[in-house]
Amino acid sequence: MNDAAKQLLQNLNALASGLFLLTAFGIVAMRQARACLNLFIVQSLLLAASAALLGWRYGSDHLYGVALVNLISKPVIVPWLLRKTSPAEIYARREIDQVLNIPTALLIALALAVVAYFVGIPLANAVGPEFRGPNVPIGIAVLLIGAFTLTVRREALSLLIGLLVMENGAFLAGISIARDLGMLVELAVATDGLVIVFIMGVLVRAVQKQTGSTAVGALASLKETSAASNADEALP
Amino acid sequence: MSVIVILLLPIVAALLVCIPWGKRWVPGVTVVSCLGNLILITRLARQVVMGRVPGDLLEPAWSKWIVVDGLSALILLLIALVGTTAAIYSVGYMAHENLTPKKLRLYHANYNLFIFSMLAIPVLAEPTLVWIVVELTTLCSALLVSFDNTREALEAAWKYVVLSLMGAGIALFGFMVLFAASHAGGGSAYTWAGLVTAAPKMPALPVQTAFLLILIGLGTKVGLVPMHTWLPDAHSQAPSPVCALLSGIETTSILYVILRLFPVVQAVPGAHADTWALVLGLISVGTAAFLLLQVKDYKRLFAFSTVEHMGIILTAIGLGASASDYGAMQQIVNHSVTKSFCFFAAGAALLVTGTREIAAVRGLIRRSPIAGAALIFGGLAISGAPPLAIFLSEFAILKAGLTQGQYVATGLLAIFVVVAFFGIMAHVNRMVFGAEPNGAPVQRHAGPHTAEAFRLPFSCRLALFLAAVPVLVLGVYVPKPLRDLMTLAAAAVTR
Repeated sequence: MNDAAKQLLQNLNALASGLFLLTAFGIVAMRQARACLNLFIVQSLLLAASAALLGWRYGSDHLYGVALVNLISKPVIVPWLLRKTSPAEIYARREIDQVLNIPTALLIALALAVVAYFVGIPLANAVGPEFRGPNVPIGIAVLLIGAFTLTVRREALSLLIGLLVMENGAFLAGISIARDLGMLVELAVATDGLVIVFIMGVLVRAVQKQTGSTAVGALASLKETSAASNADEALP
Repeated sequence: MSVIVILLLPIVAALLVCIPWGKRWVPGVTVVSCLGNLILITRLARQVVMGRVPGDLLEPAWSKWIVVDGLSALILLLIALVGTTAAIYSVGYMAHENLTPKKLRLYHANYNLFIFSMLAIPVLAEPTLVWIVVELTTLCSALLVSFDNTREALEAAWKYVVLSLMGAGIALFGFMVLFAASHAGGGSAYTWAGLVTAAPKMPALPVQTAFLLILIGLGTKVGLVPMHTWLPDAHSQAPSPVCALLSGIETTSILYVILRLFPVVQAVPGAHADTWALVLGLISVGTAAFLLLQVKDYKRLFAFSTVEHMGIILTAIGLGASASDYGAMQQIVNHSVTKSFCFFAAGAALLVTGTREIAAVRGLIRRSPIAGAALIFGGLAISGAPPLAIFLSEFAILKAGLTQGQYVATGLLAIFVVVAFFGIMAHVNRMVFGAEPNGAPVQRHAGPHTAEAFRLPFSCRLALFLAAVPVLVLGVYVPKPLRDLMTLAAAAVTR
């Protein structure tokens, strides 16, 4: 592979990573649960693209594997499993009582991305000079943004996607620095999304049966001040 | 083949309980498989103590993936021990929940799978695989936490799952950074042993970052303080035998993964694992000690005490002397056996009174002498009263801290432990010996048993008795094989 081709692959990877970060911002800005899911699928495709480009650039078969597993598990199996396990209602929901309004949330996400840049660059440099791509800082940024989404959302599907976005961020950063980790990364990619979707889907179904709502984040009766007596209260 | 058999046994049991073969079959299978595992693991631990490696682990095909050393054997032993007593306790406890046969099979299948996922943590050699198995423990235990299917149980399970998986995501990145660091340091194999070998050449910044990411990520599942918020909910809403598993051994087996990192990080110049452990540990102990004072629910009381004890273990590791490492191992053992006993006692109190509220339970010793005596014994044992197991290990840790010259940390630890002692004892004492207002028992909930002469099921009494034995014995006498095993385990976390 000549230098121009390497440079091209690196630039394409930078483009995929940049769009990857953009989808994370999109997920922060979206109220509609369905739109969040679609953005997550786009994000997973971008993760697969980044893995494939890096695999080509460094001649690593395992990164192709990661790309392939990502292509199968996230855009196909995750929505399928979600339909199987959780009530159809979650797609139709909107975030009504977000803790923060959208512009504030976006500003905080932006601040997190800046923090991630200052954390990620020294980390990537310390691991080795060849990791100076955008993957590590962007991956950390998306990890943080996903965690932030989890804290401000109430709806089951948005929370679930927040978790999946965190994992996507971890993988985007991870595959660039740990590309020789081998088959285990593929295994981790495959199990992880499925575990999350399966267990949360089952729980959401149970919650919806019990309370009639999928706003799981709004459940907050377990506290020190009001102990077991809550069980007597009528459901809203 | 011993290790493979140990791992396969719970899976086989999980499959067998799915066969609808009468009421006694399902719990019987669980008890027998746990008991079988206890015997196999005791044998394995003896081999490890005597310095012999089990035959199958000598073959390179296995030894690449599965490794059993002193620390692994200790954790395995605790999982088998608590798994067995909790399985015996489940027999009678679940019989009182009036479950449909299908629901009972679901419980036992999940129980066995949960045991399998925990047993796999200490024997796997590859950190990424361990991460996957940690994810499995969340998967297998979530449905056990939400088992009662009430609004509260579902809320607890939800919080548990969201926070655990969030932590898992952070830890995953940590493990990948750790791999990158070991690769940069010229490490050949990404295993616990390979990491220790490669450690001196690893760059400090990535190792430190990885350690912190994993400490925060897996610390969420251990229940370390800023990330502990789910723990009192999940550990109080689950059925009592499951609480014993969650509090007694799940937290410990996740903490094991963090402990594995200490010899690695300490070998890297410029990375400070001890300080982080000390700070996070003391914050956990302190916060939990003061939160203990104001709980209203007695299962939450014991759950907060788990946070406290995890903090004590981490503090002991952070003190950084070999004596305190030994104390930490002793504390791990004593906490597991004592905390499982406490939750059995709490479950007995719940069966008798039908309420979890501390204020609603008064004079328990008069209504059910066994439940009352068990609860006061459990309270004394877990808060560290003198002749019992935890006193011994807490004393060892404090002594090691003073010898090490860490006066501030040791002093704080001592204060917090004393505060926790009074917090637990004040609540438990009132529940067991307190006068019933107006002479009539307070009954907020329609409990399953309002009759005065309620007898605990035989299996519950048996499990309480079996679980009490190590709490009593380990306080006065630590058998030599166990002492050797704990020494080996302590050596595994010392640089």
